[in-house]
Amino acid sequence: MMRIENGTVVGHDAMGPDYRVLTLKLPDVAPLAKPGQFIHLRLAQLHDAVLRRPFSIYRVDGNHLSILYKTVGRGTASMQTLRLNDTASVVGPLGNGFPLDLADSLTPVLVAGGYGVAPLYFLARKMTRRGILFIGGAKAADILLADEFRALDWEVQVATDDGSLGVKGLVTVALDAWLAASAPHTQPEFFACGPNGMLKAVGDRAIGGNQKAWLSLDRHMGCGVGACLACVQKVRLSGQETLARVCKDGPIFEARDVIWEN
Amino acid sequence: MTPTLDITLAGIQMKNPVMVASGTFGYGPEYADLVDLNQLGAIVVKGISLEPWGGNKTPRMVEVSGGLINAIGLQNPGVAGFIGKYMPFLRKHDLAVIVNIWGKTLEEYAEVAAQFDGVEGVHALEINISCPNVKAGGSSFGTTLESTAKVVAAVRAKTKLPIIPKLAPNVSDIGAFAKVCEDNGADALSLINSFPAMAIDIETRRPILANISGGLSGPAIHPIAVKLVYEAAKAVKIPLIALGGITSAKDAIEFMIAGASAVAVGTANFTEPLTALHVIDGLRDYLVRNNMSRVQELVRSIRI
Repeated sequence: MMRIENGTVVGHDAMGPDYRVLTLKLPDVAPLAKPGQFIHLRLAQLHDAVLRRPFSIYRVDGNHLSILYKTVGRGTASMQTLRLNDTASVVGPLGNGFPLDLADSLTPVLVAGGYGVAPLYFLARKMTRRGILFIGGAKAADILLADEFRALDWEVQVATDDGSLGVKGLVTVALDAWLAASAPHTQPEFFACGPNGMLKAVGDRAIGGNQKAWLSLDRHMGCGVGACLACVQKVRLSGQETLARVCKDGPIFEARDVIWEN
Repeated sequence: MTPTLDITLAGIQMKNPVMVASGTFGYGPEYADLVDLNQLGAIVVKGISLEPWGGNKTPRMVEVSGGLINAIGLQNPGVAGFIGKYMPFLRKHDLAVIVNIWGKTLEEYAEVAAQFDGVEGVHALEINISCPNVKAGGSSFGTTLESTAKVVAAVRAKTKLPIIPKLAPNVSDIGAFAKVCEDNGADALSLINSFPAMAIDIETRRPILANISGGLSGPAIHPIAVKLVYEAAKAVKIPLIALGGITSAKDAIEFMIAGASAVAVGTANFTEPLTALHVIDGLRDYLVRNNMSRVQELVRSIRI
């Protein structure tokens, strides 16, 4: 079930130098939201834009729903001007979300690229058990929410391209070291959100280890509800190649179902 | 007194003249959580071909000033897939169901039309004539009078349903194309389809769409569409369904004054899914304000 409603801005705060958290009061949408789902946002400040902008849900607290964003284009630049009590139109929650019914024998292993950590934090808060988060970014300032995960009693391992925090290199460097050390006594199930290369790398490890990986895909979207067929992804379902709508059939796909091209 | 909005267009009864356009509203269920389909005059479902079709590679859509360019490539589940998967849902709703059809050859157009004839719950066929004619080197059917006539006649021969060719905008004389459709058995016309358009990433110097070019829709094309509707209305007697950049009742009313009997909301469904409902409300308010008792009084009411 999705809804449309005008949300009132109840919080809009910086998270480090490059990121912001926007919190909207959404009494209809917020209580329906599940980790891995997203909202489609329309701003009065961007009234001439014909497409809404999709954002992963970072946290839900009662009627309040938050997204975590980085200023990367015209849409997010005008979002920065939102002040308390401004309103924004929201369609959501959209998409399928992460599965939450994890077997007792499995350890949740979360893998985030930069602010792809946002939906994973929502997931960790909804999970009844602790796991481990691997988070990678270009530099220390791109590593978000590590302390919040630790506050939930999760283990956190960090990798940065420039070595300014955690191990130097891609997040898979940290992940591979941990997998090699813990393989005999842990059964991981992966949940990942980040760039395509990272998602594929996590998926390949899961397939190689005969484990599951739930990947959050990001594609340019049109309608957000499965009508326009702009954001399709080639997938394999029950052995058949087909096109899935990332906005409606996803954005979460199991690694085995995704057919990566190029 | 509350003005009446109901119309009969080419034999299709509708509770109001506001429809949602092909390709912008899926097959019905996609927006059903947000929009009560029973409030709409009609839905024109996304284009259907004889067999399932996969469409183009991604990226398939890009936002531009005043609109978007799409090159979805007509992805659809085919006639049988559509009827099996979506008609049971649509039959449960009280609105006219217009099926947009397309083909790669004249024979395919005819066969798709034949397969929809007599299908319960289908009220009319809208014909997308802007498809490449595979047997004629890939040029679009809808850009020559001769091939437009052939497509309309081929569909006419295979169905008793009302047929509604959807005209391409990129022709030199829209009136001549409207007339040739009327002469070959069209019951109404939809106009207009999206405009051929292109966007380039200046950093990579590559086209943004995988298909290189696509069709421009949205507010940017609205005034051009008004002119085309005005010209077509002068050329034919059959009713016109106008679409192109409607975002408000004002845009819809403009089309009706120019000559349209009904209107379709397209790209604005993505921006604001409730647009069609807002258009219906605004249309009713306008009629009240102008002491009109029936929406038909607006049609072709332009004062020159």
